[in-house]
Amino acid sequence: MSLRIVVCVKYVPDATGDRHFADDLTVDRDDVDGLLSELDEYAVEQALQIADEADDAEITVLTVGPEDAKDALRKALSMGADKAIHVEDDDLHGTDVMGTSLVLAKAIEKAGYDLVITGMASTDGTMAVLPAILAERLGVPQVTLLSEVKVEDGTVTGRRDGDTASEQLEASLPALVSVTDQSGEARYPSFKGIMAAKKKPVEAWDLSDLEIEADEVGLEGSWTTVDSAAQRPARTAGTIVKDEGEGGKQLAGFLAEQKFI
Amino acid sequence: MAEVLVYVDHVDGAVRKPTLELLTLARRIGEPVAVALGAGAADTAAVLAEHGAVKVLTADAPEFTEYLVVPKVDALQAAYDAVSPVAVLVPSSAEGKEIAARLAVRIGSGIITDAVDLEAGDEGPVATQAAFAASFTTKSRVSKGTPVITVKPNSAPVEAAPAAGAVEALAVTFGALATGTKVVSRTPRESTGRPELTEAAIVVSGGRGVNGAENFHIIEALADSLGAAVGASRAAVDAGWYPHSNQVGQTGKSVSPQLYIASGISGAIQHRAGMQTSKTIVAINKDSEAPIFDLVDYGVVGDLFAVVPQLTEEIQARKG
Repeated sequence: MSLRIVVCVKYVPDATGDRHFADDLTVDRDDVDGLLSELDEYAVEQALQIADEADDAEITVLTVGPEDAKDALRKALSMGADKAIHVEDDDLHGTDVMGTSLVLAKAIEKAGYDLVITGMASTDGTMAVLPAILAERLGVPQVTLLSEVKVEDGTVTGRRDGDTASEQLEASLPALVSVTDQSGEARYPSFKGIMAAKKKPVEAWDLSDLEIEADEVGLEGSWTTVDSAAQRPARTAGTIVKDEGEGGKQLAGFLAEQKFI
Repeated sequence: MAEVLVYVDHVDGAVRKPTLELLTLARRIGEPVAVALGAGAADTAAVLAEHGAVKVLTADAPEFTEYLVVPKVDALQAAYDAVSPVAVLVPSSAEGKEIAARLAVRIGSGIITDAVDLEAGDEGPVATQAAFAASFTTKSRVSKGTPVITVKPNSAPVEAAPAAGAVEALAVTFGALATGTKVVSRTPRESTGRPELTEAAIVVSGGRGVNGAENFHIIEALADSLGAAVGASRAAVDAGWYPHSNQVGQTGKSVSPQLYIASGISGAIQHRAGMQTSKTIVAINKDSEAPIFDLVDYGVVGDLFAVVPQLTEEIQARKG
């Protein structure tokens, strides 16, 4: 029996670019190049490793985003995923995490799945709540923040390294898994993989395909409102000294002045 | 007066500091009602009352430790149904965010995470957040349902504000999903005796310039002289010099201490994302062109192997 894996990925503005907000206080995507969120590469990698271990598995990568978000899907396909689903709709502009999770949940259900894999967080919003929300919406166990994951005989097991303890977790499929950057280095797409990706199917769905009304998503349908976004004032130039033998003592003087000592 | 639910993060009854900070913020919005779950829940009441909790709802059951996250969501939802609060505040830990997220879906509310400040507003609580590696500050609110907001450690002072803090048992019925993810085993992390990284008032971090696991002791010695937590850059963690649990940055932990001391860290955007909201920033680096120097209040261009030990020694001398 085939193991159906859906990997949710996000196309994010490059963090090394000059990221800012548009006039409507949504993220300005026009001025900064986008890319597959680095933390989602680990999700794709774990999907590939799980599929390798399974008798028969199919990996679908899923994203919600504008036209350019196809780049994120292509990257995942070139790493080795089998097919892709792109949910795109003009009414999605400005959708927050509640709306995005609604769209993802409907798309995952429509696609069919045994296992959903996500990254631990996106590298732009970095909320780290989408995996838990998605598990709640899908009504499946959440096996989240894993640094090690394994699927065998319809059971997913994994290790979650928390602040105070390391936990070994177990759940029956269907389930949702999120992985951290400790789960294993993501592979680079090979030339062959890149060429093969061009022939792999990318399905395009919109809100009507998922029976979602426009007012459930987008900026208007958002569950949260951003009232203002201000660039933080550049830090005023600090004192910089060159160590000529007394650098540590000088620094101690500064810390004492600031009452840290 | 309106009631505000505050989720209590505690270890066997010992309340962690971020929860006490939450009580300060909760009092700006209404009367805090605390929800403490698991072993030692009732033992939290005295300290919660001292910091403003008018009521402490407690529940204990094996489900809270034997299964992941969902039993706690069931309990918080029971508290929500019992109290009908105007907001729900949860500490921004990994687990806290997951609990808040699932509760928000269930009660049909929006969620704001990692708030660094909170004020009462005409249309409900207004949260301040840092965006894009903390290069922007946003003010947001939840526009649907009862605001569910997670708050980062060090976002508010801990203030004494004695209140009744009457303990009440919370009746919880676990749903079918509660037992979905079993915790097969739990290995407590060995305590270093240092403060928890995300909660610490002072963080001392080492990066590529530390040049080996065997040299991290000089970073630790500086941290200990200041009662600080130890952090590490991704480069140092990827090289295997320091545990991932201490990684500061975009893919690690986000910290917001009163003082951040970066040693041998160049300050790539990914690292800045995790520490830029620190109140005072200090850096020690050989490279005068390192981007970290754009952020600092005080920087020393020099060899950390000379500067850090001298600093540690001077701190100890001044402390007598």
